[in-house]
Amino acid sequence: MKRPARICFENVALEFPGKDGPVKVVDNVSYEIGNGEFVSIIGPSGCGKTTMMNMVAGFLQPTSGRVLVDGEPVKGPGPDRGVIFQEYGVFPWLTVRENIAFGLTLSANRKAKATRDEICNRYMKLMGLGDFADAYPKMLSGGMRQRLAIARAYAVKPQFLLMDEPFGALDAQTRAHMQDLLLQALQTEGKTVMLITHSVEEAVYMSSRIVVMTARPTRIREIIEVPFPYPRDPSLHEDPLFGQLRSRVRSLVMREYAAQARQTHETTD
Amino acid sequence: MLKRAALILVPWLAIVGLWYAIAYSGFVNEALIPKPHAVATRFWELLTQARLPLDIWMSTQRVFLGVAAGITLAVPVGFVLGWYRQIRTFIDPLINFFRALPPIALIPLVVVYFGIGEFAKVVILFYASFFAGVIVMYEGIAQISPIYVRVAKTLGASDWEIFRKVIIPLTVPHMLTALRVALGVAWATLVASELIAAQQGLGALIQNASSFFQLDIIYVGIICIGFIALAMDLAIRAVTRRLVSWQDRIA
Ligand SMILES: Nc1ncnc2c1ncn2[C@@H]1O[C@H](COP(=O)(O)OP(=O)(O)O)[C@@H](O)[C@H]1O
Ligand SMILES: [Mg+2]
Repeated sequence: MKRPARICFENVALEFPGKDGPVKVVDNVSYEIGNGEFVSIIGPSGCGKTTMMNMVAGFLQPTSGRVLVDGEPVKGPGPDRGVIFQEYGVFPWLTVRENIAFGLTLSANRKAKATRDEICNRYMKLMGLGDFADAYPKMLSGGMRQRLAIARAYAVKPQFLLMDEPFGALDAQTRAHMQDLLLQALQTEGKTVMLITHSVEEAVYMSSRIVVMTARPTRIREIIEVPFPYPRDPSLHEDPLFGQLRSRVRSLVMREYAAQARQTHETTD
Repeated sequence: MLKRAALILVPWLAIVGLWYAIAYSGFVNEALIPKPHAVATRFWELLTQARLPLDIWMSTQRVFLGVAAGITLAVPVGFVLGWYRQIRTFIDPLINFFRALPPIALIPLVVVYFGIGEFAKVVILFYASFFAGVIVMYEGIAQISPIYVRVAKTLGASDWEIFRKVIIPLTVPHMLTALRVALGVAWATLVASELIAAQQGLGALIQNASSFFQLDIIYVGIICIGFIALAMDLAIRAVTRRLVSWQDRIA
C-alpha cells in the first residue's frame, strides 16, 4: 500500500542567473517523501542539495516543475517546516529559554506564558539544555548550539524537519551523540525528515531511505532503501549489512564526487 | 581592585611626570609650558570664581543637541544603507565625500545660511556626528548575518515581527557604537563649532585665552574637553555592557 506523499518534487528544475546566462543547478528531479520517512540527501558538495532543500523550505522557487508539501505548492517559509541550518542560527541576544520560546511568541503560533514555559522545559530536557536555561548562546559549545536550534524548531511543532548538514561543523564524538539524540527525539515525536549530509555513515545510520544525487546540474542518481528498523542504536555500526550498505552508498557518492571534480576542472581550463 | 586602580593611574601619572620633566628641563622656553600645578590652580580658580561651569554647560549642551539630532538621523539612514546593499553602492561615495570635508571648512557657509547663533554651532556638530554615526551604523548593519531573518521566517514570523524581534535587537549594539563614535567626533569638533562667535563654551574659552596668550587657560580648556569626552564614553560603555551583554566581545 502506498503512503500519501508529504513532500513531492515534480519534474523540478532550478536555474540561477549566471554571468553567461542562466546556470542550471537542479535538473528534472522527481521524488516523493512519505509520512514519517527519514530521507537523507547525499551528493558532492556544490551539486545543489541546499538548493533543493531551500525549495521545500520556501526560500527558492523552482524555475520549472513544482515542489508540493501536502499537495500544495510551496509559497514561502512557514512554521510547519522546521529548518536546521549548518551554522545553527541561534539568536545570540536571547537566552536558551528565550530562543526556544521565540516561535511561541509569534502570532503564527502564540501560546500563553505558562504553556510556553512548559514547552521550553520539555525541550530543554529532551535536548539536555536544562542547566543552561538562562545562559546566552555565547556560553554554549557548537553541539549545544545545534541542540538549541533543534529544540527551538521542535517547540513550534513542525510536521517536517529539514536539516542542512546540521552536524557538519561538529567533532566526531559530538556528532555521534547528536545523531542519537535526534533519533531519540524523533521516537518521542515523529516527523517527516529531510536530512542533507555529506557523511555516508550518518545517512545509513539515521535514514529510512537515501537519495544519492549526481554532480551539478543535479539529478537523482539512485534511491537506496535502508532496511534497519527504528529505534536504532550505535551497535548498528558493527552490523555486516550496515557495512555493505555503507560501501555501496560510498562508491556511488565517490563516483559523483569524481564527476563533479572533472567538471570543475573543465570549466576552469 | 587596588591593583587595577593603580594600573589605570600609572599612564596618567607618567604624562604628568613627563610634562614636569619637559617644563623643568630647560629645553623649552618656560613661558611656553605652564607647569601642571599652575594649570591645576587655574582650573580651580576658573571653576570656583569664574566662568568655567557655564562654559562646560554650554559646550555640553551643544554637543548633546548636535549628537542627538545627528544620531536620530544617522540611525535610520545608516540602517537603510546597510540593509539594502544596492542603494549603498550609489550612496557610499556621496557619504565619503561629505565625511571627508572638515567641519571647519564649512563654517563660512554655515554662517551665511544659519547665522551666528546657537543653531549654527549645533549644525556643525550635527554634521560631524551624523556622518560619523551613519558610517558606523551601516558598516555594522551590513555585517548582520541573514540567517537570523531566515530562521525567524521558518518559525512563522511576519515581516513586522522580524523587524521588531530580530532586526531591532541586532541593531541596538550598532546604535550604541554609533552614538559613542558620534560623541567622540562631536567633542573633537567642538572648538571648531565655537569659532562661530561663541561667548561661552570650552572652545570659546580656549580661543579667548589664546588672544591673550594665557597658555594655562588653554590647557584647562583642553583637559576639560578630554575628560568630559572620556566620562561620556565610559558611561556609554557601561550602558552597552548592560544592554547587550549577550555579545561575544564587549567594547
Ligand atoms: N543564490 C545563488 N546564486 C547563484 N548561484 C548559486 C546560488 N546559490 C547556490 N548557487 C550555486 O548553485 C550550486 C549548488 O549550490 P548548493 O545547493 O548550495 O550546493 P550543495 O548544498 O549541494 O553543496 C553551487 O554551484 C552554487 O555556487
Ligand atoms: Mg549545501
